[in-house]
Amino acid sequence: MKKIVSALLLIVFAFYLITLAGSAFDVFNPPAGIDPARVSNSFIHKNVQGGTDTVVFNESMNLENGSANIATAIVVDYRSFDTLGEVTVLFISALGVGMLLKSGESVALERGFILRAGAKFITPIVMVTGVYIFTHGHLTPGGGFPGGSMIAAASLLYWLGTGEQLTPVKSLKAAESTAGIAYVLVGLTGLVLMGSFLQNFMDTGVIGELFSAGVIPFVYSIIGIKVGSEVSGVLIDSSKMEVVS
Amino acid sequence: MMQIVGLILVAIGLYGLVSTKHVIRMLIALNILELGANIWIISIGYVEGGVAPIYTGEAASVASKFVDPLPQAMVLTAIVIGFGVTALGLAFARRMHMQYGTYDLSEIGGEE
Repeated sequence: MKKIVSALLLIVFAFYLITLAGSAFDVFNPPAGIDPARVSNSFIHKNVQGGTDTVVFNESMNLENGSANIATAIVVDYRSFDTLGEVTVLFISALGVGMLLKSGESVALERGFILRAGAKFITPIVMVTGVYIFTHGHLTPGGGFPGGSMIAAASLLYWLGTGEQLTPVKSLKAAESTAGIAYVLVGLTGLVLMGSFLQNFMDTGVIGELFSAGVIPFVYSIIGIKVGSEVSGVLIDSSKMEVVS
Repeated sequence: MMQIVGLILVAIGLYGLVSTKHVIRMLIALNILELGANIWIISIGYVEGGVAPIYTGEAASVASKFVDPLPQAMVLTAIVIGFGVTALGLAFARRMHMQYGTYDLSEIGGEE
């Protein structure tokens, strides 16, 4: 009975949703070709504040925003304050998970030789890949959040596979809070030098080079370190395991 | 086409949310709902024959074929928030199981 009622409610809601979405935005019939008036056109051509010419990879210098990846340009430059809030939400949820799961319950795991040796072999590779992903966030798909997740996954793998912690939880917490403070300091530096919180205060360089795009690589590295240390700290801190080898 | 897929996933997620009282299933339904919403938002910004909005060494005219990067940036935020919400929800569910011995909301009695 309950399921029938919820299915009926759902049908009404889905009908409403589909008619609304279909009529308000006409998304079921997207315009053929490219609409020149789309909102993100100014983001793509990097002239949100008006001005610059066509962007050419590896040639254009001192653009308004030097990031080759436009989604990154939006996330950590134009809408960086939003990302600061996002990092805060992640921090608060990590805090909540750590508080709720402080059980002290121990789980016994038996680890064979291949698991131990394999974990030790793979962990550095995954870590370096994670660092690569977050330092190249302005050039390739990726960035601080996936890179940080990879680092956390690597430290969890090491801990599950060998039963030893890669780094003590205390230093993870120190790294995490330092990264959080560094993000706010970058924002305050922008406020002091350029007059607006989290504004880019460095030279944006040539688009497509590793050291370009101003503060974006630094901010994404900060985010990567913060997410990586935060998530691995929660994973290791929230439960305790006994080593049976 | 992908808009309809997204809306169907949202509907499936909503059905899962209202039809069960098992906390883990509700979290799975919430994740399906989020996935549908994200697919819907991203598919709005698709253009015919579009490529990822990243400047590479290709021809300069590639910028006119970029898909809309703005919804992608929004969805990037939404994914991280969804991750945080799911983690916190699972922690709550675990806590609930430790205290009441069940994952089902209807099996938790009120005050005795």
